[in-house]
Amino acid sequence: MSAVGEEGALPLGDANEIEAEAADWFQRRRFWHWSEEDQIRLDAWLDQSMAHSVAYWRLDAGFEGTERLTALRHPHFGTPNPAPKRNWRPILFRTAAAALVVSAIGAFALRYETPPPVEKAYATGIGRTERIALSDGSSIELNTNTKLRVSIGRKQRRVFLDRGEAYFQVAHDAQRPFVVMVGKRRITDLGTKFLVRRGAEQVEIAVSQGRVRLEATNESHAFAPVELIKGEVVVANDKQIVVKTKTPKKLADELGWRHGVLVFDHTSLSDAAREFNRYNEGKLIIEDPQVAQLTIDGTFRSNNVGLFARAAKDLLGLRIEVRGADTVIAR
Amino acid sequence: MTGRSEDHRGDAGGRRLGAVMNASELREWFAHEVLPLEAALMQFLQHNWRNQSDIADLRQEVYVRVCEAARAERPENAKAFVFRTARNILINRVRREHVVPIEAVADVDALGVAMDAPGPDRTVIARDELRRLQAVLDRLPDRCREAVILGRVEGLSGREIASRMGITESTVSIHLANGVRALVDAFFANGTDRRGKA
Repeated sequence: MSAVGEEGALPLGDANEIEAEAADWFQRRRFWHWSEEDQIRLDAWLDQSMAHSVAYWRLDAGFEGTERLTALRHPHFGTPNPAPKRNWRPILFRTAAAALVVSAIGAFALRYETPPPVEKAYATGIGRTERIALSDGSSIELNTNTKLRVSIGRKQRRVFLDRGEAYFQVAHDAQRPFVVMVGKRRITDLGTKFLVRRGAEQVEIAVSQGRVRLEATNESHAFAPVELIKGEVVVANDKQIVVKTKTPKKLADELGWRHGVLVFDHTSLSDAAREFNRYNEGKLIIEDPQVAQLTIDGTFRSNNVGLFARAAKDLLGLRIEVRGADTVIAR
Repeated sequence: MTGRSEDHRGDAGGRRLGAVMNASELREWFAHEVLPLEAALMQFLQHNWRNQSDIADLRQEVYVRVCEAARAERPENAKAFVFRTARNILINRVRREHVVPIEAVADVDALGVAMDAPGPDRTVIARDELRRLQAVLDRLPDRCREAVILGRVEGLSGREIASRMGITESTVSIHLANGVRALVDAFFANGTDRRGKA
C-alpha cells in the first residue's frame, strides 16, 4: 500500500481532507438515492488506499452508534411540523408534553372503542414456517410450532404470541402502536424489525432494525421498561432480564429459519440437537454427555436431520444409529 | 513493508501463525476491536505530542498501520497492538523531524487500564451517551443542526430535508457531512469530549 510509504509515515495534513471526502461519500450513501454505479464508484475510492477505507469505516461505525439519538423522536408522533427554525430543544420538550396528554386520551378512548377489532389466530406445525401479511402493511413470519393471535384495530395493533417464535417487520404508524404481548410482557414497536422467541421459561427478543420497548404488565414481576436498539438482544425470565449486544452476523444467523436453515457457529451438539428438534417430529438424540459438548460449524436445512448427523459423523468421527423415527449420535 | 516491520515485532511481525483477514473481517475487526479504543488513543496522542494540529493525522496513521498489519495477520491483543503502533509512530516522527516533544513518550502499559474494568449500568451509559450527543448537536451551527436532526433523529432523506428547509440539495449534503463528522467524533470520544473546552 503506497499511502504508507517506505518512510513509514503518511503525508501530514491529509487526514482532514480524507475524512471530509469520506463524510461526503457516507452522507450520499446514507441520505440520498444510491445506485449500483454509485456503489462501484465508492468501492473504487475505498480500494484506493487504506486511509480511505479506515476513514469511511470509522464514520459508518460511529454513525451507527449514534442510533441512540432516535430516542429523541417521540414514538407517538411522526415527523414534527416544518417549523424547527427556532431552538429545537423546546420543541422536543413540548412534543413530549403533548405526547403524554395524547397517550392519556388515547388510553381513555381505547377503552370505549367500538366495535372491538376482530382477532385472527395463526399457527404453524412442527417444521413449518408461514409469512402473514397484515392489512396495515406489516408482516409476521412464524417459525416452527408457533401460535399467535392478531388484532388490528383503529387505535392499536396487537399480537399475542402464545407459543414459539416470530419475526416482525412493522410498518410504523405513529397513531397506532404495534404491541406484542408475550405472557405478562409487552413489547412495543417503535418503528422496527424484531424477533420474539417464547420459550418455556424465558422470552428472547432480538432487534434487527429500529427500536422496541419491553415492559412488564403485571405488578408482581414489575421491572423498569427497557428500550432496545438495533443489535441488542434481551433475554427475560421471571427473575431477571439481561441485555446483550450481538453482531449483525449473529443476528442474521438467528434468523436463518426464515430461509429454512439453521446456522451453527461453534454450537455444541446438544444445542444443535435442541434446535433441530424444534423443527422435526423425528428427534435427534445425543445421550453421551461428552459427545453433547462437541461443537460444530455450518449451515444446515432445518428439516434435514440426516445430513446434519452425517456431517457430525464425518467431521467429528462419530456414529449414527437410527432408532425408529429418531436419530442417535454416539461415539 | 521492510521499513516498518520491526515496529510491530511481537504482534504482527511475530512468527506465530495468525489468521489472514479478508476485507469484511478486517472491517469488523477494526469496528469492534480498534474503534472502541479511540478515546484512549486520542488521549495518548494528545498527551504525548506537542503539536495538537497533528493529532488527526497521527490517528489516521495509527489506524492505517494497524489495519494493514492486521490484514496480513490478525493481532491477538488489539489494544496492546494499537498503542504499541501509536508509540512507534510518535518515536519515528520525533526522529525524522528532529524535534523532541516536551514529554517523553509514555509507558504504553500504564494506559487504558480502566477500560478493562466492568462498565457501569447500561442504562446509565445510554443516558450519558444521549446527553453527550445532544450537547454536540447543540454546538453545531443552526442550519447544520437542523439538517442533522431531520436526517438522523427524524429519519428524513436528503431530498426531504432540502424541501423541508428550503435550501439546495448540495447545501444539505455539506451540512450532513459536517454533522456526521461531529457526531462520530463525539460518539468515539466517549465522555472525554475535548471540544467542550475549545
